[in-house]
Amino acid sequence: MTVTTDLVSYEDALASYDPVMGLEVHVELGTRTKMFCGCSTELGAEPNSQTCPTCLGLPGSLPVVNAVGVESAIKIGLALHCEIAEWCRFARKNYFYPDMPKNFQTSQYDEPIAFNGYLDVQLEDGEVFRVEIERAHMEEDTGKSTHVGGATGRIHGASHSLLDYNRAGIPLIEIVTKPIVGAGDRAPEVAKAYVAELRELIRALGVSEARMEMGQMRCDVNLSLMPKGSETFGTRSETKNVNSLRSVERAVRFEVQRHAAVLGDGGTIVQETRHFHEDDGTTTSGRVKEEAEDYRYFPEPDLVPVAPSREWVEELRAALPELPRVRRNRLREEWGISEHDMQSILNAGAIDPIVATIEAGADPVSARKWWMGELARNANESGRSLDELPITPEQVARVTALVVDGSLNDKLARQVIEGVLAGEGDPDAVVEKRGLKVVSDEGALGVAVDEAIAGNAAIADKIRGGKVAAVGALVGAVMKATRGQADAARVKELILEKLGVSEG
Amino acid sequence: MPGITREEVAHLARLARLELKAEELDHFAGQLDDIIGAVARVAEVADRDVPPTSHPLPLTNVMRADEVRPSLTPEQALSCAPAQEQQRFKVPQILGED
Ligand SMILES: [Zn+2]
Repeated sequence: MTVTTDLVSYEDALASYDPVMGLEVHVELGTRTKMFCGCSTELGAEPNSQTCPTCLGLPGSLPVVNAVGVESAIKIGLALHCEIAEWCRFARKNYFYPDMPKNFQTSQYDEPIAFNGYLDVQLEDGEVFRVEIERAHMEEDTGKSTHVGGATGRIHGASHSLLDYNRAGIPLIEIVTKPIVGAGDRAPEVAKAYVAELRELIRALGVSEARMEMGQMRCDVNLSLMPKGSETFGTRSETKNVNSLRSVERAVRFEVQRHAAVLGDGGTIVQETRHFHEDDGTTTSGRVKEEAEDYRYFPEPDLVPVAPSREWVEELRAALPELPRVRRNRLREEWGISEHDMQSILNAGAIDPIVATIEAGADPVSARKWWMGELARNANESGRSLDELPITPEQVARVTALVVDGSLNDKLARQVIEGVLAGEGDPDAVVEKRGLKVVSDEGALGVAVDEAIAGNAAIADKIRGGKVAAVGALVGAVMKATRGQADAARVKELILEKLGVSEG
Repeated sequence: MPGITREEVAHLARLARLELKAEELDHFAGQLDDIIGAVARVAEVADRDVPPTSHPLPLTNVMRADEVRPSLTPEQALSCAPAQEQQRFKVPQILGED
């Protein structure tokens, strides 16, 4: 099914309208057990092997909230500069859909555990944009549906569906922004930067790995346009389950262009949910909200209120880690690099490995060079992330130490890294097994230099005559003769010495 | 006190996936009206200094350590399912044909 949607150009859309965004992000917590029962949350288990009467909603079962779930929610709230409720309750959100066997989702309604905060996000050029946070509340994930009988697993046209409730009841924190206004043409970038920063924050807090590709963090994008100069928000669309940073940016951009086209034609935007398509970056109409959703929220009678003591909240506040943006800026200054370089390091997921390598004794320049060069390339080619490579920061630090003390040159160091990645053992073991040592025996080196001069008499004459730049060819010959195991700088020195020429 | 209308009962019935006959709509409208009227009398005596109650016990912060407890086996979990397939609960078509 192809739906053609007329679009106006992004530039034209922004010339007439101001975008208003609202972002809702769901984060699956990394707790060992579910939010209201002791079932394991381990990934990859057999279907329906992690369920119990509580998460299946069987009669007579009673939920009890997971203490780590509540603690994680408070940590997230605090890191987002929110106020933490002194007293709040869970509520039942009633709906009929087979992904929730209870026919309601245990959530929070008008008493979220955290509210009124903000997250400062930094755009690529360094500009800081403040995103206001409306609330962060606790709830639970739904089961996983598999639709059978339709095309490509879609619900449309399916003859029936199959449900696995292992995921039903896994703790979720939903983080909702206030309307984001004033981003103008940078709205897509702000949306992406916000979700990226939130992901870094969640990881830094250690409450979830927040892997979007694994559904541990999912984003809904609300967007509306208002004519420039107006202060009345337009009707919004809600694009569901936008599940990568790039998709967040594309979804906002597409909806801006689509809304502008509809409004420009004198049409009206329908309030509806929309589906985002990864392949071409478009959205298509989902469910039209004919009537306001009526979830008949009411306080959950089976759970008692959560009233975090101020002592506990202050304890958690005091233990918060340095916020990712602050940490990045500190490291950037310590390392003396540009915003752009830092952004590349962040995008590559290299901050933590580099920091760990420096902590293991390497200098910042070498640590950066290896993780952003050789290792990033290897990760890229093998489709892995840096932290999945079979090499530790300590091993990288050891390689840099061997370069600093002169036992390895860069070329040999690369071979050592290669050996470690290939599972040949520690750097020292690889050096040993592969026989990778810089030839520092001056006698052996001297012979190789003499041979190179003798074998390239014409070049040697040029150098004697003052063309020092030609020395590269002789260095190359020596390196070749020693199979790369010589210290190139020392070779150059020796050649010039023997030819009686000084540099500069 | 505005009465509960027939339309409101029909709306509730739809939300609760209950099929009600025409005479039942009238019947329940009257009954629901009586019940809500009775409950509303509480508001006459409860002043602002009486906080609303959602739980009969004065407890807060009943929490569980994040420790795994045994789950049901898939066979046990599925034992009451009207239909199953691939060790999953089988449910009828969710969306009707448009
Ligand atoms: Zn359970």
